[in-house]
Amino acid sequence: MAQFTLPKNSKIGVGKTYDHAAGAKRARTISIYRWDPDTGENPRIDKYIIDLDKCGPMVLDAIIYIKNEIDPTVAFRRSCREGICGSCAMNIGGTNTLACTTATESIKGDVKIYPLPHMQVSKDLVPDLTHFYAQYASIKPWLQSETQPPPDKERLQSKEDREKLDGLYECILCACCSTSCPSYWWNSDRYLGPAALLQAHRWLVDSRDEATGERLDNLEDPFRLYRCHTIMNCTRTCPKGLNPAKAIAEIKQMMVARNL
Amino acid sequence: MADNPLSPHLQVYRPQLTSVLSITHRGTGVFLSLGTIVMLYWLVSASLGPDAYASMQQCLSSMPIQIVLAGWVFAFYFHLLNGVRHLFWDSGRGFELSTAYKSGYAVMAGALLMSALTWGCVISQGGAA
Repeated sequence: MAQFTLPKNSKIGVGKTYDHAAGAKRARTISIYRWDPDTGENPRIDKYIIDLDKCGPMVLDAIIYIKNEIDPTVAFRRSCREGICGSCAMNIGGTNTLACTTATESIKGDVKIYPLPHMQVSKDLVPDLTHFYAQYASIKPWLQSETQPPPDKERLQSKEDREKLDGLYECILCACCSTSCPSYWWNSDRYLGPAALLQAHRWLVDSRDEATGERLDNLEDPFRLYRCHTIMNCTRTCPKGLNPAKAIAEIKQMMVARNL
Repeated sequence: MADNPLSPHLQVYRPQLTSVLSITHRGTGVFLSLGTIVMLYWLVSASLGPDAYASMQQCLSSMPIQIVLAGWVFAFYFHLLNGVRHLFWDSGRGFELSTAYKSGYAVMAGALLMSALTWGCVISQGGAA
């Protein structure tokens, strides 16, 4: 059931303020959601006032600066720092995006950073993605084919068939879209969410895949697919500019088309 | 894991056209269903004779009810137009973000305009209900 307020243990309190911007020309307040599993206290917001001239341009640079120079206890995920690994997905300035590709200057006022919304928090900005990955695994994200490939070469695709995968294969599974979706917030136990469904579509339209029927059977369910109400927060927030809402609509069309 | 907090969602996610129009569609839908009950009462009152109809009319023409009815007219047009938007989506069209924003603004403007026209007609016909 949809629960619109936060549970008691998740209510957010006021934290500390660290002022490290003495004499700064470009001072900025970075507010970060903090939760420490070891203390058992409720989450809080810590504020770090920093000098943007002392760190790199992106929000991730600011967070790394804070961790290195001010508060080493801040926990977050990051790896590639160039928008291809999806690790640093978080809620910045009210929408989900990658910290590494979001310029700090693009956020007006205080930069407010939260973990991806409506997720179990492991620590600070680190959400537990176990369920998200399990949902991805449930759509069997690999090539399923009875036909053996030619013994001497790969399974070839026509140029047109390959183009059908454009806008799908680029997904980095950062979970920004799924955790922006109110429908996923209320029903993530049974609704697969935009990321897993975009991936499902990626295999449904793959000319080499022969399990289209089984894949559609697996999605033919009041929740797994049809909890998408075309809200389009997913498309709005995707840091890779992909269109999960469209992919889901195309799965719905395939569902109808196969019964005609 | 049970003690781990739930990260904030509605509390921090910025309202944007995509989600706001979606929840408005849901809200107007509920509001319209409630309105059909009022309409049913109105029809029943008409079938019960002039006295019942007159008292129903009196009730409906009170100022607070008039405001609710004005809202109902807007809900009707919004739900209708946004429903057409959903039909386009169901046919696989209009999913580009820029298109979705344009159609969203068009639905809002259309619903306001049609509501204004309807109420303009009602008022120029000498008022209410």
